Amino acid sequence: MKVKKRYISLYVENRIGVLAKISGLLAGKSYNLDTLTVGETEDPTVSRMTIGLTIDDVTFEQVKKQLNRCVVVIKVIDISEVPIHKKELLFIKVSSCSEKDKAEIFRIAQAFSLDVIDYDRKNVMVQCVKTESANNDMIALFNDIFVNRIEVVRGGSVAIEAISTRNQ
Amino acid sequence: MKGTEIIVKALKEEGVDTIFGYPGGQAVDIFDALYGEQDIEVILPRHEQALIHAADGYARSTGKVGVCLVTSGPGATNLVTGIATANYDSVPLVCITGQVPLGLMGNDAFQEVDIVGITNSICKYAVTVRTREELPRILKEAFYIARTGRPGPVVVDVPKDIQQAEGSDVYPDEVSMRGYKPNQSVHVGQIKKAVSMLKKAKRPLFLIGGGVNISGANEEMKQLAELTGVPVITTIMGKGAIPSTHRLYLGNIGIHGSYAANHAVSECDVLFSIGTRFNDRITGKISEFAKNAKIIHIDIDSASISKNIVVDIPIVADAKLAIEKLLEYVTPLKNEKWVEQLMQWKEEYPITMENYEGLTPEKIIRYINDHFEKPIVTTDVGQNQLWATQYLKLEGGRSFLTSGGLGTMGYGFPAAIGAKIGNPDSTVIAISGDGGMQMNIQELATAVALELPLILIVLNNGYLGNVRQWQELFYQKRYSNTCLRYRKSCESNCTDKSKCCPKYTPDFVKLAESYEAYGMRISKEEEIAEAFAYALEHKNAPTVIECVIEREANVFPIVPTGKTLDDMIMD
Repeated sequence: MKVKKRYISLYVENRIGVLAKISGLLAGKSYNLDTLTVGETEDPTVSRMTIGLTIDDVTFEQVKKQLNRCVVVIKVIDISEVPIHKKELLFIKVSSCSEKDKAEIFRIAQAFSLDVIDYDRKNVMVQCVKTESANNDMIALFNDIFVNRIEVVRGGSVAIEAISTRNQ
Repeated sequence: MKGTEIIVKALKEEGVDTIFGYPGGQAVDIFDALYGEQDIEVILPRHEQALIHAADGYARSTGKVGVCLVTSGPGATNLVTGIATANYDSVPLVCITGQVPLGLMGNDAFQEVDIVGITNSICKYAVTVRTREELPRILKEAFYIARTGRPGPVVVDVPKDIQQAEGSDVYPDEVSMRGYKPNQSVHVGQIKKAVSMLKKAKRPLFLIGGGVNISGANEEMKQLAELTGVPVITTIMGKGAIPSTHRLYLGNIGIHGSYAANHAVSECDVLFSIGTRFNDRITGKISEFAKNAKIIHIDIDSASISKNIVVDIPIVADAKLAIEKLLEYVTPLKNEKWVEQLMQWKEEYPITMENYEGLTPEKIIRYINDHFEKPIVTTDVGQNQLWATQYLKLEGGRSFLTSGGLGTMGYGFPAAIGAKIGNPDSTVIAISGDGGMQMNIQELATAVALELPLILIVLNNGYLGNVRQWQELFYQKRYSNTCLRYRKSCESNCTDKSKCCPKYTPDFVKLAESYEAYGMRISKEEEIAEAFAYALEHKNAPTVIECVIEREANVFPIVPTGKTLDDMIMD
């Protein structure tokens, strides 16, 4: 019954109501969902979701089975144990910045390979494309330095199987 | 061809000769297309909830897909309980709901609801038709999804402008859905593993659920039991999988199961289960369930396997296909001592209501067993249902219709209407309580209009008896809101069942008569035969037999919540 982070790549029909169906199913069964992202694929009739859950083995098996029996689900791929690339987009906006703050933000950006994508006299915005846990670390860092002055929006993980077998 | 005409064509192509419909503003075009249609009979119940239960009863008793046709908004929402009922018990239904025109959807139009959103979690598939072009394909898929795999209800929501739009008259022959490929084979390797486990068993046991009845594997199941000599217990939904009088049949398991069946589960070393979900009502305390046994589980729905009980050998397959395959490999087992032990328990601890005098549900049901050949019996939910599952003797499947999963009061009577329509030559008997009967009492009008000679047994104890029993046993007799003889002038918190209680309402006999049905009230054992004879006199109208029974009769045995299966209160 080991609880750990797991990912599912889900191919679904690209039509009205499918996202509601999937999220409703997960909620209705009381499965604890961390992230869910969805977007159209190379085939415009198919959408692909990346679902991240922190969950035990038995419940995770149920999740996969329940998803599989949905008519709108085309394919369920468990990518928890296979080499994948996974990234999450994160924006952090820092407000009421002094010149010193700005310099600090630029230093952080350089150190952690973040992009400063927008700023004015008082505000700076950075873009961060990393794994979910690295993004958690970034948020913690900014929160620590710029207390109560950050605004965060994050997109949830997207993941895809690796081409090479090396675990990314 | 108009959308409505392709709907009618689809019904015919699918072999539908009976539908259950209730018209309204957004369905009026479809009803118009059905007007004068010779090949499709439209049944008009008096409430959409009863309508879908009737379609459900029709589907369960015939094995065909039940079809509902209702309007948008309240017409659609009134189906909701029936959809969930059918979903739980794997009943194939196609529910066509009218919808406001596409341009009005989302505008909070008159009688608009998002029925697909509402029913998504309680049906097998729900879809709104968004173009006239896709209408025939969606209808084809709906019937296919409803009846294949683990059957279930499908909702097809059709906006009014699509009903009216002209388009192709081609109804597809085949279905190709990339997201829905029901399992149509059996994994022989798993079957062999199961057989080898069974052969090693010293105390093997078959646990049979509704899947065997649904797949029509009754004959094969009987052969399997006889060939192996392995005793059989069933869930409520599995009752009838083999004849109830069969020497290898031990009865139902579960919280109101028989002593022999419940103890057999606790004692067995291999539990071979087919077509059951291991619902909490059959397992009791889950960590103690069949704790001495290896478990084999066959089910068409992979999500039912290892959901509640972790199994040793899973087999995803249709029950009939799997049993046929098993029959190729199994051999007689030597387990006489085990069978003898179980038979001894069965004999020593029969389920009975002998503690109660006079007219008891047991005697009424035994009368049915002794005097009717292969009747179809429906039940409502509560004590009436539990007594029926305990005492009724069945010879096969599709003859006992009960809301096992959802436990829907108000199911029994309308389901009997559907069953009779689908099986005009069978005797159809509904066993209800006085509570559940009133939940769809208006269907007396339907049964009278259709001239259906149903036998409607109302076990009247003036209580919501099953809850009252719980209150008696587990809530210190605090009969909170379970007395149906209560009136405002009663003293508060009364626990007295004395004769001075107010008169029961309604008067079921007069009520039946007001609908031009027949009614008789009995309160003595000797009147049972007379009442059934009276009912059988009426060939073209239903008869209500109101049976006034002991007010506080209980269903025993009972396993209290959270206890293990063999921890039963016997009486």
